[in-house]
Amino acid sequence: MKNYDQLIFEISQEGRIGYRLSQFEDDNTNIDNIIPKELRRQDELNLPECSENQVARHYTLISNKNFGVDTGFYPLGSCTMKYNPKINEEIAGLSKFSRLHPYQPVETVQGALELMYNLNTMLSEITGMDEFTLQPAAGAHGELTGLMIIKAYHQKNGDYNRTKIIVPDSAHGTNPSSAHVAGFDVVEVKSNRNGEVDIESLKSVLGDDIAGLMLTNPNTLGLFEKNIEEIAKLVHEAGGLLYYDGANTNAIMGKTRPGDMGFDVVHLNLHKTFSTPHGGGGPGSGPVGVKKNLIEFLPVPIVEKEKETYNLNYDKPNSIGKIKGYYGNFGILVRAYAYIQTMGGEGLKKATETAVLNANYMQKKLKEYYHLPVDHICKHEFVLGGLKGDLNEVTTLDIAKRLLDYGYHPPTIYFPLIIDSAIMIEPTETESLETIDGFIETMIKISKDAEENPELVKNAPLNTPVKRVDEVQAARKPILKWEKDS
Amino acid sequence: MYPYIPNTKKDEEKMLSFLGIDSVEELFSDIPKSIRLDRELDLDPSKSEEEVRKTMKDMAKKNLSADDYTCFLGAGSYDHTIPSIVPHLISRSEFYTSYTPYQAEISQGTLQAIFEFQTMIADITGMYASNASMYDGPTATAEAALLAAAQKKGNTVIISKTVHPEVREVVKTYMKIRDINVIEIDAKDGVTDFGQLESNLSKDTVGVIVQNPNFYGIVEDYTEVEKVTHDNKALLIMNVDPISLGMLKTPGEYGADIAVGEGQPLGNSLNFGGPYLGFMATTKKLMRKMPGRIVGQTVDKDGKRAFTLTLQAREQHIRREKATSNICSNQALNALAATIFMAVLGKNGLTQMAEQTAQKAYYAYNKLIETGKFKPVFQKPFFREFVLESEIEVERLNKELLKHNILGGYSIERDYPLQKNQILLCVTEKRTKEEIDYLVKVMEEII
Repeated sequence: MKNYDQLIFEISQEGRIGYRLSQFEDDNTNIDNIIPKELRRQDELNLPECSENQVARHYTLISNKNFGVDTGFYPLGSCTMKYNPKINEEIAGLSKFSRLHPYQPVETVQGALELMYNLNTMLSEITGMDEFTLQPAAGAHGELTGLMIIKAYHQKNGDYNRTKIIVPDSAHGTNPSSAHVAGFDVVEVKSNRNGEVDIESLKSVLGDDIAGLMLTNPNTLGLFEKNIEEIAKLVHEAGGLLYYDGANTNAIMGKTRPGDMGFDVVHLNLHKTFSTPHGGGGPGSGPVGVKKNLIEFLPVPIVEKEKETYNLNYDKPNSIGKIKGYYGNFGILVRAYAYIQTMGGEGLKKATETAVLNANYMQKKLKEYYHLPVDHICKHEFVLGGLKGDLNEVTTLDIAKRLLDYGYHPPTIYFPLIIDSAIMIEPTETESLETIDGFIETMIKISKDAEENPELVKNAPLNTPVKRVDEVQAARKPILKWEKDS
Repeated sequence: MYPYIPNTKKDEEKMLSFLGIDSVEELFSDIPKSIRLDRELDLDPSKSEEEVRKTMKDMAKKNLSADDYTCFLGAGSYDHTIPSIVPHLISRSEFYTSYTPYQAEISQGTLQAIFEFQTMIADITGMYASNASMYDGPTATAEAALLAAAQKKGNTVIISKTVHPEVREVVKTYMKIRDINVIEIDAKDGVTDFGQLESNLSKDTVGVIVQNPNFYGIVEDYTEVEKVTHDNKALLIMNVDPISLGMLKTPGEYGADIAVGEGQPLGNSLNFGGPYLGFMATTKKLMRKMPGRIVGQTVDKDGKRAFTLTLQAREQHIRREKATSNICSNQALNALAATIFMAVLGKNGLTQMAEQTAQKAYYAYNKLIETGKFKPVFQKPFFREFVLESEIEVERLNKELLKHNILGGYSIERDYPLQKNQILLCVTEKRTKEEIDYLVKVMEEII
């Protein structure tokens, strides 16, 4: 099955159909009479012609060449690949959620608005913020939204000189990129060897041109920024605001809150912390929470409650405007809501505690065989620095590819950039000790193979639907679509 | 115990003992006491699956959906047919529980599906290349404007007021933060005021954004717009509806530089506005400037055909602040739905769906005009939506329709305050003759 190697276009035959529409006869609406020829397409369509069952088999067969959380362990650092509960899918699929038109009269969507209103309250409680917008479609989109809010805040204060955003060199790539898209200049500050913000470097760049600082806590090494209060104080004293990249929220639920650490703006990734599926790259959802003094800048509309009725309020003169069509990825909000209902406050804390316990256990087990650049209690993830010793030039990439042969999704590799040959491991709370032990054994075995049989590791993977893929050729001569004669 | 946390008490003890600690609390000792949460989170207590189902179904019951009503509401979100096979196949957890396909060797399913998606989008838009999808139609349009601004000298984007109001709002938000000017061109008789557009074009214009069919449902002719846009060396950005491309002249045929649009009508549910998917396709020249993920064909070590994320040198995880865009996610699962939708409809199916949509829209339009109680606002060819004017307010009209289990149209006045009592009605191929006849009967009786 894994050798199935056809594109949908290659199984197409002229004259086949996969779907029949109902018949419609009306003599007065001949196409030629209603839309003139010059407004219609002349180029022939080349969509495939397949029967329904062929389409079913085709996509089932290619799905077999995919690896998901339901397939196996997926310790992809900073991505929080936890289990995606099935009840969440069932609820999101209810037609009274999935078949709502965004412009229906509000009196017909009171349940949907109630859900959004309550979710806002729950996320505010979890993060210690005062109000959320649920509009951003993803984490990076949340970052952009948050930065727009920071800019709007400074501009309302007449502070047009604040054109710079500070980003640590250990940050996720989206941070500097979002700052740039938001029209800021990026000032990079060095991290100390624990990946923490270096206070002296921070002081040296703070000034009246700084709009804010973007930070992940725990940071991308999985370590808690112990100096966070001092950092917050310094940034605030300089007139800047603090932005919390919520990618690592699975490390802190019920333990501490960004709002209490001093952050002004926060985004969450519902597709990480709150168990909604990644879908092969999306859809995600990246709600943004703010402190009181920034509420006026949130995107419109805001869901409001008056007595027992929910409404959409567009009348917010200081709002940054709309950052997405309609109200956000509602279907994802429904899933996150169901998840929070299942877990409750104590369950979320338990998820965090278990994720952190799992990570520390793995870290201690693996540090005998792999470099551990910072040996410290970690939070929900940790970063190894490749194999110990220079073992026959076996690289981090080779290790990752060899893991594929054993049925594991590899960890995040070569990130964060501040660690050489980084292997970033995030087990999450939804894996059993047996699974974790199995993975550890495999990692140890690979470290031994690297010593004894390096070619085996360098040639990996051997058991996957395709072998190591030539990315260089893909970029040099881009083939981005199928063509009839290619 | 929680159903998604497999560790037993015994497992925990084993792990704690290996770590040489007594309690998991010690693993949080690095969090300063002053910022620790010294109470439980104030949330509802944990519920069983059955309790969750009950709670959420009770909430859902407070909504009335497009299954409870007959939907004649469109305005950017459309109730087209979704073949049964689409939700079935995208529910395979190999697809929906996977991450972005960084590890190509075990992600060929997602990668191949996206490659097919890109092929299909390029085909229907008549453009050279497509990316792997964007958040939605409005953000795709805003990203296209940013692309134009990065590509051309100048600092002004022109957008027609016949473009969907939400799209214009999102474009304005994105442009404002970059200090790029936005000039809006008025509509004249339901289409872009060409004279006004021409007189506003200047050396400073980086791009012109138009929509087809436009917000009023009208199929505009962009032949002249293309000419003056390119005479001014600006990029032509066309926001198009994917179903309509089964029959309408494509952005490629018009000579557009960038085609964008809302992909929701391709097999995605209404979902109260999301998740949807945006699409973007460009000329060959602009292919490397596209934001977001792109999948390319290559070979594996044995020379076997394989697919991988490509042109990543544009992307945030490589280029950081120098990336073309900050986008990290695409809408892969929604794009998969769109791909399966286009695969199962096929070339004839998409054309039939487009033609039948237009025919049914015209059927409804003709019948409503015949009542004598509604008059057409514009005399232009349209695709799926049309604007009618009557004596009564749209809100009142819709309230009455609701009583007859009909989800009425969009009030044009909401975004164009001078256009009173004008309703934008939408008819897709999914509406039956009986449903349309009933709409006509009820609307006639209301007035």
